[in-house]
Amino acid sequence: MIALIGLVIGVALGLLFDPQVPLWLQPYLPIAIVAALDAMSGGVRARLEGVFEEKVFVVSFVSNTVIAALIVFLGDQLGVGSQLSTGVVVVLGIRIFSNAAAIRRKLFGA
Amino acid sequence: MSGATEPPEPPEPPEAPEAPEPDRPAGPPAGMRGLLDLLRPRTTRGQFAGALLCMVLGFAAVAQIRTTKRDTTFATARQDELVGILSDLGQRSERLRGDLRELEETRAGLRRDVQGERALQEARRRAGTYGLLAGTLPAEGPGVEVVIDDPGTAVRAANLLDALQELRDAGAEVVQVGDVRAGAGTYFLDTPGGVQADGRQLAPPYRFLAIGDPHTLTTALGIPGGVVKTLQNIGAAVTVAERAKIVVRAVRPP
Repeated sequence: MIALIGLVIGVALGLLFDPQVPLWLQPYLPIAIVAALDAMSGGVRARLEGVFEEKVFVVSFVSNTVIAALIVFLGDQLGVGSQLSTGVVVVLGIRIFSNAAAIRRKLFGA
Repeated sequence: MSGATEPPEPPEPPEAPEAPEPDRPAGPPAGMRGLLDLLRPRTTRGQFAGALLCMVLGFAAVAQIRTTKRDTTFATARQDELVGILSDLGQRSERLRGDLRELEETRAGLRRDVQGERALQEARRRAGTYGLLAGTLPAEGPGVEVVIDDPGTAVRAANLLDALQELRDAGAEVVQVGDVRAGAGTYFLDTPGGVQADGRQLAPPYRFLAIGDPHTLTTALGIPGGVVKTLQNIGAAVTVAERAKIVVRAVRPP
């Protein structure tokens, strides 16, 4: 619940302040957001399965986003940034889908 | 997702009664009850950390979406397109800066001069410019002289109109056809003895005097399939001569 409120507050703040994404962050922020979405769906899933640990959630959230951004950064340095970010998005997308499927099964039993 | 890849569904455990401690539910919550349980506010430090992270996520997502929306025009453009756009903008801003300088000079002049001397000058200058464009003032300057000789009387009014339009397109500011000053409302009419321009009879050879950049005018007339070529095809002889000084004396009644 508090997490949901936090999310709403974050969106509201974003709409209110209309922040400009700094240029050096622009290639990595989308990937980090997708990674964060993955961590969030994973957290909801764990919660529904009764194995939710706040510490695990916080650590996985931070490490996922940082690693995702790092992979893209490394890819940029190697010259395969766009391909690698596509790969990361695909992997994270699959994970989000499987988490969503688990959540759906828990909620609706189907 | 297809059902084949999913593990077989374990039968739902019977709904357990409300757990005594909502922070640590005893069994895995399931179904809508689980969702409600999820939404119950719990105030532990970890919850707040999670909320903070979610807040950051929402903020970042909104920022990213806004940024993506902002520049979709140029994100898909290729590099040479971008270079072209940039140089266009540079040229345009240079031109506008020139205009700005000119206007500021005019404004400063107008401010300085209380008697209206400068304003009068400005008005005269403009009247001169408009007079030239409207054809009410004589003019002279560099330009071209075009002579269309028509031994077979094949040249029609349309051909002369084409020639006039071509000269205008190429930047001729003042044009005289025969002894008629061409203006915005100039017309050509086919008559038995030749062509009428603005009601005055013209007879071959038709003579155009045009003031403008001589080279540009010559090039415009001489392009393949252009005015000169067309006239030659119908049997007329065309000579285009660049002149450093063309004097146009004919004027239109104001």
